[in-house]
Amino acid sequence: MKFQNYLTTIEGIEIYPLISLMIFVAFLMGVFYYVLKMSKQEVDYDKNLPLND
Amino acid sequence: MEKFIYDNRVPRLFANATIFWGFVGMLIGVIAAFQLVFPVLNFGEYFPHIAFGRLRPVHTNAVIFAFVGNGIFTAVYYSIPRLLKTAMFNRTLSLIHFWVWQLIIVAAAITLLMGITTSKEYAELEWPLDIAITLIWVVFGVNMFGTIIKRRERHMYVAIWFFIASWVTVAVLHIVNSFELPIAWNSWKSYSLYSGVQDALVQWWYGHNAVAFFLTTPYLGLMYYFLPKIANRPIYSYRLSIIHFWTLTFLYIWAGPHHLLYTALPDWAQSLGTVFSVMLILPSWGGMLNGLFTLRGAWDKVREDPLLKFLVVGVTCYGMATFEGPMLSLKNVNAISHYSDWTIAHVHIGALGWNGFLTFSMLYWLFPKFYNTKLYSTKLANVHFWIGTLGILLYAIPMYWNAFKGYFMMTAFTPEGQLQYQFIEIMQTAIPFYLIRAIGGTVYLTGVILMIYNLVKTAKSGSFVSHEEAEAPALSKEFAASKGMHWHSFFERKPIIMLIGSLIVISIGGLVEMIPTFMIKSNIPTISSVKPYTPLELQGRDIYIREGCYNCHSQMIRPFRHEIVRYGEYSKAGEFVYDHPFQWGSKRTGPDLARIGGKYPNAWHFNHMYDPPSMASGSIMPPYRNMFDKDLDMATTNSKIHAMRNLGVPYPKGYEARANEDLLKQAKEITKDLKANDIEISEKKEIIAMIAYLQRMGTDINK
Repeated sequence: MKFQNYLTTIEGIEIYPLISLMIFVAFLMGVFYYVLKMSKQEVDYDKNLPLND
Repeated sequence: MEKFIYDNRVPRLFANATIFWGFVGMLIGVIAAFQLVFPVLNFGEYFPHIAFGRLRPVHTNAVIFAFVGNGIFTAVYYSIPRLLKTAMFNRTLSLIHFWVWQLIIVAAAITLLMGITTSKEYAELEWPLDIAITLIWVVFGVNMFGTIIKRRERHMYVAIWFFIASWVTVAVLHIVNSFELPIAWNSWKSYSLYSGVQDALVQWWYGHNAVAFFLTTPYLGLMYYFLPKIANRPIYSYRLSIIHFWTLTFLYIWAGPHHLLYTALPDWAQSLGTVFSVMLILPSWGGMLNGLFTLRGAWDKVREDPLLKFLVVGVTCYGMATFEGPMLSLKNVNAISHYSDWTIAHVHIGALGWNGFLTFSMLYWLFPKFYNTKLYSTKLANVHFWIGTLGILLYAIPMYWNAFKGYFMMTAFTPEGQLQYQFIEIMQTAIPFYLIRAIGGTVYLTGVILMIYNLVKTAKSGSFVSHEEAEAPALSKEFAASKGMHWHSFFERKPIIMLIGSLIVISIGGLVEMIPTFMIKSNIPTISSVKPYTPLELQGRDIYIREGCYNCHSQMIRPFRHEIVRYGEYSKAGEFVYDHPFQWGSKRTGPDLARIGGKYPNAWHFNHMYDPPSMASGSIMPPYRNMFDKDLDMATTNSKIHAMRNLGVPYPKGYEARANEDLLKQAKEITKDLKANDIEISEKKEIIAMIAYLQRMGTDINK
């Protein structure tokens, strides 16, 4: 009985990690873009929410 | 202006439950810790109910779902109305949520002690309780989203995002991991829908994310609310908290396969788990620094205030555990840590430091608010802090030490190429470390008792404020976006969109990992010599599951020289296709059993299960006398075979009816062999099925 790493038989499996990484990087860029664009006024309002109840 | 009330009765109920279950869960942990030092505490000669294999799941479930669970609900029911300037959506739903959750906890403890378990770690509860949890989770969700929808504050503070993401992810995790087929509608017993490699992947995708989305993200919500409250200053960086939230939510879900490094799980999935685990350092440390920097310029207060001390050490433990986690995900580090006490130390830094200390801080802050008074004794809280910290150190240090010591002994070879130490020798050198660990746990628990005294005294010194009146303007229907607002504020204003956004983000990781793994079936060349279990072996396997053997024994030999020499040929994915559920385990307090079959004679197993030290001198395994007294429940064989076939195990059609004949035939062969060794026992006893299963394990590939 020969045992091997069965999933190496899935064609193009190596693309999965690459796609995952790209999705994440794109997503992270989006979050960074948003965060940097936030106005100071909005940030101050939001961060004080727990102290104003 | 509209008037409304903040109801303190529901958060107080949850806070009391947090304290009660915290004490119970930790006490059970201490007992289990002492069982490893003094096996007599298992009481295995008299009854099986509190042997380590059954008690440990009660400890883990109690601490996770009862202590931390109620802690989460305390924070949610206290903070959400205040952050959103509204009363909770529906008080009846709150009370249903509270009481049914406690009822589930009690039922969980009873069933686990009775040996009713699925054997999937932190998801051990059987199908009726799984359904109850699903329903109550919906009740909680309706109540939470109802509150969010009728809010008077348009912006949802970041703590609420963490609560929303936790809710939706826990729902997905729980449902996907709980797909199981009951053997009959009136039986508690069920089999996992998945088998072998798939079951392992789903389970550890769940297991890791239970840590992530039950023990971590809701507690981050708690941190983002209570830390600013207690320190009386806003969070250091709100921008950082947004990055923290989205990256953490995105990355966490991918990391599950790091629990299966060097196992029969496909390599690409292992690598994916490792890469994402390493990336997790970034958001985790961003969050930790955000918490700690909030206290910048206030360190003089930290010296005085025990609540802040708890927070600082708690958040630091979060940082330590989230640095350690990615390190443990590296294959070379994992080779040392997996199956060892390192993992146990790691989770306890998280549970005792992060969850425990944050909870204590929240409770010390809430009780004086509930009772409109001051904390009874700040000094006693300070003592609690130091005792708790000492307890954590006494717990963790010996476990780390023991893990390395164990690894060096496990991998030591003599110049002749033989293993230098037997498993039992290595285990015996662990006992002094287990003793210090048990003492560490006891010290930590002592601190909790001081806290309970302090909080009771605090409650008695004031009078309960059942509700607080508040007022706020109604939320205007038309929303005019101010200048400089952009797409994310859209999320912040729309809770349902937020929920869907979180769901999409967590689904990507889960899907990418699982879809190919579920294709395995069509990609695995079936190993022709791997056959379904015989009825007797299947019954024996269910006894193995019932007694929680997986808590101390793995069934997964990694491809290392020292493991192959010690345990036998390393495990292959194709060997587990009929294992509903898988039994790979995660900890080796005892040796691996994947190739135990045929290693010892039947009589050895018989004597070993009756009195382990008689066969393995110095063993700390409890005796299982119940298997010698109890007759095997043969009435279930029919429905078990039937259920297994429905899950795809190729038993011939109509085999149900003949199964018990085969069962008795095989049992008689074993009793005959035992008789030849001067052991007289009825073939109907459970021990015979257990021996049959043990003797089958790992033997198929040699056929």
